[in-house]
Amino acid sequence: MAESLANPVASTSAPAGPAPEEPAPALTVAPGPHIAYGALTTRRMMLDVILASLPLVAVSLWVFRAYAAFQIGLSVVSALVAERVFVALRHRSSTLGDFSATVTGLILGLSIPPAAPWYVSVVGAFAGIGFGKIVFGGLGQNIFNPAMVGRAFVMIAFPAAFGVATYVAPGLSADAATGATPLTALKMSGETPPLIPLFLGLAKGSVGETSALAALIGGLYLCIRGTAAWRIPTAAVIAMSLLTGAASLIHPSPWTVAHHLCAGAFLFGAFFILTDPVSSPLTARGQWIFGAGYAVLVLMMRVLSGYPEGVMFSVLLMNAVTPLINRWTVPVPVGGPVPERK
Amino acid sequence: MSDRGNDGPTPVERFIGGLIPENPVYRQILGICPSLAVTNSMEGALTMGGAALFVLLCSNVLISLIRPLLKPHLRILIFTLTIATFVTIADRFLAAFLYDMSKQLGPYIPLIIVNCVIIARCEICASKQSVGTAAADALGQGLGFALGLMSIATVREILGFGTWFGKWLGWRVIPTAPAEVWSPWIIMILPPGAFLTLGLLLGVFNILTARRKSA
Repeated sequence: MAESLANPVASTSAPAGPAPEEPAPALTVAPGPHIAYGALTTRRMMLDVILASLPLVAVSLWVFRAYAAFQIGLSVVSALVAERVFVALRHRSSTLGDFSATVTGLILGLSIPPAAPWYVSVVGAFAGIGFGKIVFGGLGQNIFNPAMVGRAFVMIAFPAAFGVATYVAPGLSADAATGATPLTALKMSGETPPLIPLFLGLAKGSVGETSALAALIGGLYLCIRGTAAWRIPTAAVIAMSLLTGAASLIHPSPWTVAHHLCAGAFLFGAFFILTDPVSSPLTARGQWIFGAGYAVLVLMMRVLSGYPEGVMFSVLLMNAVTPLINRWTVPVPVGGPVPERK
Repeated sequence: MSDRGNDGPTPVERFIGGLIPENPVYRQILGICPSLAVTNSMEGALTMGGAALFVLLCSNVLISLIRPLLKPHLRILIFTLTIATFVTIADRFLAAFLYDMSKQLGPYIPLIIVNCVIIARCEICASKQSVGTAAADALGQGLGFALGLMSIATVREILGFGTWFGKWLGWRVIPTAPAEVWSPWIIMILPPGAFLTLGLLLGVFNILTARRKSA
C-alpha cells in the first residue's frame, strides 16, 4: 500500500527552472485513502491474515493438541458472538462479513496459555471487541489492537490463568506437565533452553507464540502480499538484533540474539499483531520508528520489569503513540512542505 | 432573616433534580475521585455516600443561614472552612465508630473537603436560597451522589468479589467456584475496573436519558 516519500528532488529543484535532461520525478504517493485500489479490501486483508496464521495454528495444534483447538475455537466463536451483539446494540448492520472479528478472535486465541480456563478467552474476546473496538466506533476507529486489549483485560482480571500452572509442556499426553515458559525460567533462574526447539515451537508458551519458524513463514506471506507493512517487522527485528547484539558484546550470556528473537511472542507480535493497519502508523518513516520502539519496549520489559514477556504491553504502548508518530513523520509532498494553517 | 427563596427552583425541584436529572456523578461528572477510588465495595460506597451527604447537608444549611453575612470576595474561603469543619467531624466519627471503614477509605474521607459537589452546591444553591431549599438540595444531591457511588460499587463488587455487601451482610451473588469453572475479575477491584464501570454506566445513563427525551 504505502510507498516511499515524495521525491525530494522534485521539491528542491523547482526554482532552478526546467532542466531538459532531468528524469521525470517519480510521483509515488504515500498515505491517504486511495479508493481506486479496489482490490485491497478489509475482507481480503483479513482473509490474508487468517491464511498467514495457518502455520501457527498448525504448529499449535501439533504441539498442544486439544488445548490449542479449544482455546482458538472458543475465542474465535466468542469474538464473533461479541461482534454480533455489540454491533446490534449500536443498530448497525452485521460486520461479520469482513472477518475482522475472526482475526481478533484468532490472535487472542493464539496468545492465551493453553490450559487457561474457558472464561479467559470468552471474557477476553468480549472485552477486546467491546472495550477495544466498539466503544471507539468500530473497526478503523480503534486506537488499540482489540485482541491485545482483550488479552490485557483478562491478564489483569485473572492473573492466576497466566501463571506457570497454565503453560502446558509440549507433548502428546493429555495430562502434560505444566511449568515455566522459557522466558519465565530465564527470569527466575537464568536457564537457557536449546535453540532449535525454541525456533520450531517445541517450547512452553501461549498457544500460538511458540514457533518462530511458523511466525516467520506467515509473516513473510503477509509482507509479500502487502497486507502487513514490511517495514514494521523489519524494523523490530533489526532493532532487537542490534540491541541484544550490543548487550551480548558487553555482557556475554548464554541468551544470544537468536534466543531473544525466537523466545516468547516477539516474532508473532511483530508480524501479526503490530502490523494491524488500523493501529499502526501510515508513513514509511513512522513505521520504522514504530517497529523499533516495539523492540526496545519488549526488551526493556523482558530485562527490567517484573513480567517475563512484554509483547502485549509493548504493542499497546506503541499503539498509544501511533497518532504522535504519524504527526511527527508527515511526508513532504511534491512541491515543498504544506504551509501551516492558522 | 428575610426569605429570598422564591427566585430559584423550589425545594422539591431541587431535591428531585439532585437524584437523577442533575445527578452529581452521571450528569455533572463531579466528585469523580471518590467515585473511582472507594467503589470496589458497597460498604465503601455507602460510607462515602453517607459521609458526603452529612457534610453536604450540614454545610448547605449553615451557609444558607449565614448567607446575608457572606462577602463576595471571601465566600469561597467561608465555604471551604465550613466544609472542612464538618468533614473533620465526619472523619473523627468514622474513626471512632467504624474503624475498619475509616482505615479502608483512608485519605478519601478527609478529601471530601475538596469534593466539588459540595462546594458547587454551596455556591449554586445554599448561598442564594433559603434554609429549606438548601436542605432539600443537599438531600437530593447527597442521595444522588450516594446512588451514583453505589451503582458503580454494585457492578464492581459483584464482578470483583462475587459478593454484594460482602463484609457487612455476607451476601454472595456469584457462588464460589473452582478456578476452572469461574473466577472473580481482579481487574474490577483495581482502578481500571473503576474507569471502565464508570464509563459504561455513564453510557447507559445517557442512552436512557436520550430515550426518555425522544419518547
